[in-house]
Amino acid sequence: MSRRRRQEPAIRRTVSFFDERLSVSRFVRSSLDKVFPDHYAFLLGEIALYCFIVLVLTGIFLTFFFNASSTEVVYHGAYHPLVGAHVSDAYRSTLELSFSVRAGLVMRQVHHWAALVFIAAIVVHLCRIFFSGAFRKPRELNWIVGVTMLILAIFNGFAGYSLPDDLLSGTGLRIAFSIAESIPVIGTWIAFLLFGGEYPSERIIGRLFAIHTIIVPALLLGLISVHLAMVWRQKHTQFPGDGHTEDTVEGPKLWPTYAMKSLGLFFAVAAVLCLLGGLFQINPIWLYGPYHAPQVSSPAQPDWYMGWLEGALRLFPPWEIRAFGFEIPNPFFPAVFLGGITFLGLYIWPFVEAWFTKDHDVHHLLDRPRDHPFRSALGTSTLSFYSVLFFAASNDLVAKWLKVPVADVTNAFRAAVIVVPVVVFMLTHRLLRALARSEAPRFSEMPRQALRKGFRPAER
Amino acid sequence: MSDQTEPREESLAQRPRPQPELQPEPTGGKSGGRAIALAFTVSLLASIALGVVYALGGQPQLEGTFLFLSFGGIAAGFITWGGTLLPQGPYVQERHPLTQGEVQQEEAAETLEEGAEDLERRRLLIRLMTGAFVALGAALVFPVRSLGSRPGGSLFFTGWNRGSRAVDENEKPVRPEDLDVGGVLTVYPEGKAGSADSQTLLIKLGPGEYQARPGRENWAVGDLVAFSKVCTHAGCPVGLYEADTHRLYCPCHQSVFAVLDAAEPTSGPATRPLPQLPLTLDTDGYVVAQSDYHEPIGPGFWNRDR
Repeated sequence: MSRRRRQEPAIRRTVSFFDERLSVSRFVRSSLDKVFPDHYAFLLGEIALYCFIVLVLTGIFLTFFFNASSTEVVYHGAYHPLVGAHVSDAYRSTLELSFSVRAGLVMRQVHHWAALVFIAAIVVHLCRIFFSGAFRKPRELNWIVGVTMLILAIFNGFAGYSLPDDLLSGTGLRIAFSIAESIPVIGTWIAFLLFGGEYPSERIIGRLFAIHTIIVPALLLGLISVHLAMVWRQKHTQFPGDGHTEDTVEGPKLWPTYAMKSLGLFFAVAAVLCLLGGLFQINPIWLYGPYHAPQVSSPAQPDWYMGWLEGALRLFPPWEIRAFGFEIPNPFFPAVFLGGITFLGLYIWPFVEAWFTKDHDVHHLLDRPRDHPFRSALGTSTLSFYSVLFFAASNDLVAKWLKVPVADVTNAFRAAVIVVPVVVFMLTHRLLRALARSEAPRFSEMPRQALRKGFRPAER
Repeated sequence: MSDQTEPREESLAQRPRPQPELQPEPTGGKSGGRAIALAFTVSLLASIALGVVYALGGQPQLEGTFLFLSFGGIAAGFITWGGTLLPQGPYVQERHPLTQGEVQQEEAAETLEEGAEDLERRRLLIRLMTGAFVALGAALVFPVRSLGSRPGGSLFFTGWNRGSRAVDENEKPVRPEDLDVGGVLTVYPEGKAGSADSQTLLIKLGPGEYQARPGRENWAVGDLVAFSKVCTHAGCPVGLYEADTHRLYCPCHQSVFAVLDAAEPTSGPATRPLPQLPLTLDTDGYVVAQSDYHEPIGPGFWNRDR
């Protein structure tokens, strides 16, 4: 108690200082009193945010050692197998910061792991928002901001792992150039302007560095601020039940309970990322070797979040459009077109759903997935589509394990990418309909007959 | 943030919820306190250990583990503290309607319209202003143009010319007898070893296996043929050659090219054969190109066939 009394004047004085200059007392109080609903599924976005913070901190450390230069040098570093090799300065400096800078390897590996978890957290967060209908009015704008951040995060992940100029990522850049080239009419211009000339260009590493370390992080920082400001302004959604209503928010207050827990989550995220970065090797570029255009590593799989695009490139049949002496090359369809409709679909979904359901009401209480079997089935079926593509990016590995020709594996994946989403849609839709009709609180408590009912057509 | 800019929004009333079943179980303050103290102690000790490891020269696995314990200890302490020793509520807060109502909306719209009407009266000025912005926009495109060279012809040509000697990666010229049957070698035009668009695969077939396409009868030197190494699908080097089946595999997306059938794609996403380089021998017996490739190498693009 005596200690507390001694602190009070200092806190008062600080509050007065700022209030007399910025008139903030009311804002400070309402902020500290702000109520945040407590649910584990609401932590996914926070995990992404905290990964971003770890990415910025470790990334700043890495910029102090990395040279974004394609200048060829002869390697004379601590990694003996590569001594004497002709490598780019980007590659050399990455080896240097991994092997000769104290704590450098941990920083680099934590950075890489944080990027993988960052995008994973965003994707799972997006799924939570989707399946619980949190994107409905009034939160469509924040959905759009979120999808934009997903695109930026994927793009920046790709830009980042391309920086070390190793054999794996260099091949990825070659593919990226080809994809840009495949865009109708302006493709070659886009590729040449982006890369600074014909592939391989001396400029691309430097450009990716600027994009990766300044442009995209600044955009992300701005969008994260907007994202959080909108959550703050609109107040968080809540699951129905427990007497929750559309007109109230319930949970602990920001100060001190929620702040303490959330800060704890930051430290937990940092702890797990450090453990991953310390114990689990990631992107060992010294094993891949430096990039040389005529060489290629095999098997070659990109980071997980590029897997669906890589898989689509592998599965898409050898089709392209040629007419009047012009052509739309094959990679355009699985890469540019599929990528385009993927994100376009995400962007417009809240408006499409509102148009279909004619539901233009404000919603603060969330749906449970069973409340909208169609939406949930569409969600799981879409996820299964991209999962098949993701696994198809390893068709060469699957063929090796199963000892069957890779062409057969590819054909099996081609069938799966059509069949699996249909089956998943039907299954999800029927199961959720059965669950909703049975009114059981969860699947495990649903009676058997109810399951059968779900597969019968709706009773009128 | 916005809350503070609106004077009509009173400071928010909170009340503990009168639902006893929602209150958290009363927790033993003491045992919770002990667990938190332990967590913070672990963190403190791990940070000291981290310092020691660093001072002794560093060791990635230990650094990762101690960082995990340093952060993890604080995390466990904070989460336990927040979950057991602090008020959980739940507190109930009113949601304010997000809309400010039709009257406000109308007034905002009217203000916008009135201003716009004032502007619209000056038709000519508006048109000129639009023109100025369009011109400025066009002018700003020029710096973008500086980002890269014009695609122009560079995609249609490689470093190969009539009489270019084929050299290996060490710029050593190649004679037909340097390759065994079933052997492959990546070659470049002399002076351009390592070139990305000129990389070419020299393949030595078995005697009599080469069957030329019409028009390509004299493109081989004996049983030695040459194809572009750049995949026609997405540009990866077609790096794997299976000598018994005479097939080339691209390790990126698993396109397969049949060398005996003019490198036509037989499986995978590639749509076009690998372009063939016409070969001959120079007077010293080294392998040289008769000319550049007769078509653009590598992946397709809009005006490839123009």
